[in-house]
Amino acid sequence: MLNKIYDWVDERLDITPIWRDIADHEVPEHVNPAHHFSAFVYCFGGLTFFVTVIQILSGMFLTMYYVPDVENAWKSVYYLQNEVAFGEIVRGMHHWGASLVIVMMFLHTLRVFFTGSYKKPRELNWIVGVLIFCVMLGLGFTGYLLPWDMKALFATKVGIEIAASVPFIGELIKVLLAGDATIIGAQTLTRFFAIHVFFLPAALFALLAAHFIMIRRQGISGPL
Amino acid sequence: MSNNRVSRRQFLNYTLTGVGGFMAAGILMPMVRFAIDPALQTHAEGDFVQTSTKVADLTEEPVKVDFSYEQVDAWYKSEVTDTAWVYKEGDKIIALSPVCKHLGCTVNWNSDTAHPNQFFCACHGGRYEKTGKNVPGTPPLGPLDEYEVSEKDGFLLLGKKMANTLV
Repeated sequence: MLNKIYDWVDERLDITPIWRDIADHEVPEHVNPAHHFSAFVYCFGGLTFFVTVIQILSGMFLTMYYVPDVENAWKSVYYLQNEVAFGEIVRGMHHWGASLVIVMMFLHTLRVFFTGSYKKPRELNWIVGVLIFCVMLGLGFTGYLLPWDMKALFATKVGIEIAASVPFIGELIKVLLAGDATIIGAQTLTRFFAIHVFFLPAALFALLAAHFIMIRRQGISGPL
Repeated sequence: MSNNRVSRRQFLNYTLTGVGGFMAAGILMPMVRFAIDPALQTHAEGDFVQTSTKVADLTEEPVKVDFSYEQVDAWYKSEVTDTAWVYKEGDKIIALSPVCKHLGCTVNWNSDTAHPNQFFCACHGGRYEKTGKNVPGTPPLGPLDEYEVSEKDGFLLLGKKMANTLV
């Protein structure tokens, strides 16, 4: 049945070469844990992506219940966690996954660094990777405020004060982040929500695409 | 052992699809259950709500009875006002929902001069008889819903909505 549907589409659109191009690629012996177990260090990039996919999925589902409003944000989080079936699991995935992404990304960075994979001709991919790192930290920072509890509020106050300490443009950054010169409140929450679910993910997708296209074109760096 | 040898390719296909499917299911199952929760929530039986209308004041002419109750909408609690058209049929109290069965507008009693003594919906001209029975040839496809009715200390109490029992 599925085969027939596939053949029907393939006959018309010739889709086989598309996924063949994506699926068929060399996995050299020195990055294959089946040959050298120590090659598991090459998995951290893929694991980062795997956790990112979980973050995207669980985040999409969380927005079904979450409202970015000072009156209702905490209540909606309380509701989705305690009243909705599997709410604790779905929020837990997003909560713990957020930390796991950072850990995996850090390990991936260490692997790339210590195998010297950032060297010519892969400098651009290192730069894109660093930008992904920044976007991920931004996602962590903006997401931290959204439950609108005491920890979130004060963490954001501190974070915004740090941003405000930037020379010359610090105050401007502060106002743009918080939406108000003095208040961390309603506008801060909606801004952080918009940044967290629209702007940074959009940037992340573009950067990830660039990251993956580059690694596919250049191949995995050689053995040590 | 059967003679059908499983090839290396087949074995990998089965195990990887199995393990992958298991992982995908483990990730997606909680999320899907989370998303469809509203369809599976069980709601507590609605209690009767006290109105300020005295049973003794009711006549055979339907009157509009407003009543309000506390509605819990997930994390949002609010005081909601609802309406019923109430009249007496002999000793029996009848309370009809004003929600038109066509597309959910609000019906009024006796508001269409061309058709007196009927419930009339101004949106698309839907009409109902006094029992709530929809007039054939007008848009509604069913009779008006009915409220459970009770009485306490001479005041009218309204319960949950149910399908019309008069028609």
